[in-house]
Amino acid sequence: MSNSTPSSAADTWQVGDFTLGSRFLLGTAGYPSPQVLREAIVAAGTQVVTVGLKRTLAAAGDNGFIGVIQQTLADSGARLLPNTAGCRSAREAVQLAHMARELYDTPWLKLEVVGDEHTLQPDMFELHAAATQLVRDGFTVFPYCTDDLVGCRRLLDAGCPLLMPWGAPIGSGQGLLNVFALRTLRERLPDTTLIIDAGIGAPSDAAQALELGFDAVLLNSAVSQARDPAAMARAFRLAIEGGRIARNAGVMAQQDFAVASTPVGGEPLLLGGAS
Amino acid sequence: MNEMMTTTTTTTTTTTIALTLDGKPHRVAIGSTLGGLVDSLGHASNKVSTAVNGMFVPRGQRAQCVLRDGDAVLLFQPIVGG
Repeated sequence: MSNSTPSSAADTWQVGDFTLGSRFLLGTAGYPSPQVLREAIVAAGTQVVTVGLKRTLAAAGDNGFIGVIQQTLADSGARLLPNTAGCRSAREAVQLAHMARELYDTPWLKLEVVGDEHTLQPDMFELHAAATQLVRDGFTVFPYCTDDLVGCRRLLDAGCPLLMPWGAPIGSGQGLLNVFALRTLRERLPDTTLIIDAGIGAPSDAAQALELGFDAVLLNSAVSQARDPAAMARAFRLAIEGGRIARNAGVMAQQDFAVASTPVGGEPLLLGGAS
Repeated sequence: MNEMMTTTTTTTTTTTIALTLDGKPHRVAIGSTLGGLVDSLGHASNKVSTAVNGMFVPRGQRAQCVLRDGDAVLLFQPIVGG
């Protein structure tokens, strides 16, 4: 997938053999009810939704959420993307990944290995170790990573087909905190599929990510915590579409000084112009 | 009487083993398998995933996985996630 795809009616992207039209990946946690979650998935028009795993004794039932997700996805043809949330080591993540593949019957995996409890920052070293093993085991690894260029390259070398750098800490809603690093990633990895994962707060953040040339965004809390999650899902869908169209149309370069847009010439209009 | 009590205690400790199940104490009969444990807990086989001592045990291997004293068994199920 290239970030230089021209604007067209079929502006799609690929993960392996799977073609996606939507550039909006949606998380399923924190919704007030299964029905609201279903409405949000439909309004988002998403083709990929994330899910997790939890210890059975701690889960105390899921109140029907998983059933609603599976039915909604069966109706829409969307796919599940299980995660390894909560893992702190490569070993732990690899084991959980295998359990996820068995339970959800998909090789797709959002690989999360967190290295700091306060920021939930990805541990790029453990992430790389886990990704290396899981690619060998046949997984399609979507690594949740930082915006560190060299670390990202190592993940690609390990066989990850795409990258999911953070925009800001998970659930913080701070948007794209390090635009310089994200822009650098885009420029230095022009043929890599890049998805902003985590930190998106407002639809304008998502639009900015697409305008910068990112291929898609993955978010959860910004929709699930909205007063009206379905309406917010629609807002994000429109913003993402707008950002993508803008990227393809060509966002103008920023200038240091004003550049007059009205072609009136260099002479004053009212004083000294008439004879 | 004391001899009988001793015998009873010995019988109990030698017919069951102690596990941790999702971090909590749990006892099963000696020779129990992971598959048997999943069944005894009322879980449909395809609704949970399993690990013993931190290692994934695929569904197809649970019946051959004989549990040992001190094993840490984890059962996972699907849940919403971001």
